[in-house]
Amino acid sequence: MHGEGSSRKVAREELIQARKLLAKSHAERSYAAGEPILQVRDLVKHFPLTQGVLFKRQVGAVKAVDGVSFDLRKGETLGIVGESGCGKSTVAKLITHLERPTAGTIRYKGNDITRASGRALKAVRRNIQMVFQDPYTSLNPRMTVGDIIGEPFDIHPEVAPKGDRRAKVQELLDVVGLNPEYVNRYPHQFSGGQRQRIGIARGLALRPEIIVADEPVSALDVSVQAQVVNLMERLQDEFGLSYVFIAHDLSIVRHISDRVGVMYLGKLVEVGTETEIYEHPTHPYTQALLSAVPVPDPEAEGRRERIVLEGDVPSPANPPSGCHFRTRCWKAQQRCAEEEPPLAVPENFADSLPGEAVHHPSACHFAAERAAVVGPVET
Amino acid sequence: MSLLQVRDLHVEFHTRDGVAQAVNGVDLGVEAGETLAVLGESGSGKSVTAQAIMGILDMPPGRITGGEIVFQDRDLLTLPRQERRQIRGAKMAMIFQDALSALNPVLTVGYQLAEMFRVHQGASRKEARAKAVELMERVRIPAARQRVGDYPHQFSGGMRQRIMIAMALALEPDLIIADEPTTALDVTVQAQVMDLLADLQREFNMGLILITHDLGVVADVADKIAVMYAGRIVETAPVKELYKAPAHPYTKGLLDSIPRLDQKGGQLNVIRGMPPNLQQTPPGCAYNPRCPMARAVCRKDEPPLYEVSALRASACHFWEEMFDAR
Amino acid sequence: MTGPPAIEGPDETETLAGVESQAERAGGKGPSSPGREPRERARSLWSDAWHDLRRNPVFLIAGLLIAFLVLISVWPGLIASRDPLSCRLGRSLDASSAGHWFGFDTQGCDVYTRVVYGARTSVTVGVCATLGVAVLGSVLGGLAGFFGGVWDAVLSRLTDIFFGIPMILGGLVFLSMTGSRSVWTVVAFIVLLGWPQVARIARGSVITAKQNDYVLAARALGAGNARMMTRHILPNAVAPVIVTATIALGTYISLEATLSFLGVGLQPPTVSWGADISAASQGMQFRNAPHILLYPAAALSLTVLAFIMLGDAVRDALDPKLR
Repeated sequence: MHGEGSSRKVAREELIQARKLLAKSHAERSYAAGEPILQVRDLVKHFPLTQGVLFKRQVGAVKAVDGVSFDLRKGETLGIVGESGCGKSTVAKLITHLERPTAGTIRYKGNDITRASGRALKAVRRNIQMVFQDPYTSLNPRMTVGDIIGEPFDIHPEVAPKGDRRAKVQELLDVVGLNPEYVNRYPHQFSGGQRQRIGIARGLALRPEIIVADEPVSALDVSVQAQVVNLMERLQDEFGLSYVFIAHDLSIVRHISDRVGVMYLGKLVEVGTETEIYEHPTHPYTQALLSAVPVPDPEAEGRRERIVLEGDVPSPANPPSGCHFRTRCWKAQQRCAEEEPPLAVPENFADSLPGEAVHHPSACHFAAERAAVVGPVET
Repeated sequence: MSLLQVRDLHVEFHTRDGVAQAVNGVDLGVEAGETLAVLGESGSGKSVTAQAIMGILDMPPGRITGGEIVFQDRDLLTLPRQERRQIRGAKMAMIFQDALSALNPVLTVGYQLAEMFRVHQGASRKEARAKAVELMERVRIPAARQRVGDYPHQFSGGMRQRIMIAMALALEPDLIIADEPTTALDVTVQAQVMDLLADLQREFNMGLILITHDLGVVADVADKIAVMYAGRIVETAPVKELYKAPAHPYTKGLLDSIPRLDQKGGQLNVIRGMPPNLQQTPPGCAYNPRCPMARAVCRKDEPPLYEVSALRASACHFWEEMFDAR
Repeated sequence: MTGPPAIEGPDETETLAGVESQAERAGGKGPSSPGREPRERARSLWSDAWHDLRRNPVFLIAGLLIAFLVLISVWPGLIASRDPLSCRLGRSLDASSAGHWFGFDTQGCDVYTRVVYGARTSVTVGVCATLGVAVLGSVLGGLAGFFGGVWDAVLSRLTDIFFGIPMILGGLVFLSMTGSRSVWTVVAFIVLLGWPQVARIARGSVITAKQNDYVLAARALGAGNARMMTRHILPNAVAPVIVTATIALGTYISLEATLSFLGVGLQPPTVSWGADISAASQGMQFRNAPHILLYPAAALSLTVLAFIMLGDAVRDALDPKLR
């Protein structure tokens, strides 16, 4: 038993060494901090609505993403929040090339990768990976954990020579906090939180620079969510990752994000730093969204004002003219129906200086601050 | 007299991998006009408890092995099937998480609402339809008269949940059990539905059991909270006191581990490990492998529900330390 | 806390502790898991299904029967020493006697021998037709489900057309046009009309499997169509096809018998239960000598029953919802 224990210790040391090397090589090839690593401009995705069985004709389009632009900087986390149907998941699929955009461009380190295919696309995929929402359907139940995490190396054999793969897989398991000896187990032998760790390990395997995480913790138990969020934060520091973190849970997005974009009906309506969005929101939708999030504290809850929105989100196949939010907005006027507000620093705050909290893009003609939306901030 | 009193309820599930103790000695009470939130993660037994109370537990594989469920002075578990069925729907009703699958997709919502009156009250077709429209207006569905002939899929998620609430309310029950009623909804709609539910409860002076995993949702509407873990209640308290000063390390762990909208980043405090396997709950306190306060006694003796105050109880050997610590 | 080792920091150590408890959870199915690293059964759909099947009496009975059938269809000589084709008209319709337990048929052939030799035809037709149907159906259905679009539209209409042709009627028309019919003619006919059934199932289950996130994940990694099909979709879509095919096997056997009975199936000298049943019912011979109908009919029913029971058991075992 002694011999086994010490050999395990040695193996452990080796893993730690390997991890140090890995982290170092990451630092070396990292892109200068602060520069946008990913630039998305005017991204549009329309899904055609068709009729007919054999001969299909288009009768309309669902405007899932309708002109979205943002930058992602090296090492930062950009949170994208919105309600179901706002197009945030489609944005994730467009960035990861799981869907082809109808229009717009995606640039990675300055290179247009929007229509990359073949070899170029494969290279893009190495650098932009995805973590999925549902840890149950995102792992193939017929494959062992080792095969799942090793699959990236099968597809990109240049990343790891065949002989190294098992060691690499075990190292990845260790990185995400799972026992490296579990390579031969099947996904169903793990809990939801552990499965999500496996999904993250698979995403990390090719050492991407960008990870797009689509609701990575929303399917997990409350007590496990924090573990996975902490893990993602640690991996970001360790590997210099940039995250696009997509979620409907505004509290978690605030926790993990440096900057946040709020989406409504296929468009970004407000973008800013975490403080700008959560403490100084100027778009009515952001304010309503934030005010609706319950705070687990009855006393703080009592001090907040709740904005209850009327009605439902309109169909993305037939969005309202002008400002998409106007049908539910308490500030809506004639101008909102006629003129679409651009995503820019609003007129009201044209005098504000860069660096002031209200000086951030907000797509509203009548943008204004509103008190007591989130409640007093504790730190 | 309590509206509902559950005493020492035990429910087992027989699976191919063995027997799972889903509910292991649960005591609950709800008064008329009161909202009790039952809080727990998946596998805590909260939904099974609700199903047992409602009498819709799948048996087999489920089996109620002990305890009593006293509703309006009658033990439901000893009641003949026929009488039990009469209580269900008329005296107590349930709202489910997934309204789309709880409604019949091939019948109009008007028909499904009217059916309640026709079956239970023998109302005529016309009367029943009028009552259905009235109900839909009551749950604030816009243009109810026009939409009464629509099918469930033609409504949005929030509207479908309102229809579920309308169905539950139809016969003016004394108790409503809502199992994660807003989990599948968007935040802005969640708020609407919770408000509606709270208003209606006040109006009808009903008892409401709110089953949820979301600490945020209950803060606003519940009067008291029962926190469940591994088939047991680990803490009960009036809602404000629980959030202010939890008396069980699990409750505290949960409150500390969720990021709050009004708090900035930083490392989240985590509850280590994962929820227990109900086929093999650890000996002693089920929470001991994850508990930062666990000591030898916790691995040996299962803590009873200690009385903390007249309205509070905690199943922790060291609940007093929870208060000393602050 | 500066080094990268993940085992430091409260979050990680705790996680590993959790992992250990998970190990017990996964490994400790039975009470006998004393070791720290119990050698657990790697559970998968197939091992779970096998675990269920071994304990299912229906499967055991069906399995034994089928094993016996396969055995005698390969080596009929094991239990029948006579030649099924050497008949003496003199013993026509004689009742059972020592050495000739099932008696003689109209032609004076030994019924027992013919029943034993008939198994080969039935099993061959059943197994080969099922294999053909399963392969053709799942390839076409799988491609339609995977690629969708025009492929799918064309194939779906094609299956609709084939579905419109009743098997028996189709058999009467097609097979009566062929001159001499062997076992293979019948197999080819069944495959031709049978594949749409499997194709539909395969198409549906491929579409279901395709929608799983792990298929998207593989695409996000850059996997090609071939890898996605073979590694991710087929293994997760094959179970319903197997179930349909096993149940269909029994019906194909009875279909062959029906066709032979109707005179468009197998012809002498091929020994077939269907043909024998047909011969026995001509001129109401079986009124005087019921054994000439009874034994081949019983053998046929038992065989079909065994395969359908097998299919049922396999379906139950492969359906995770029944667990």
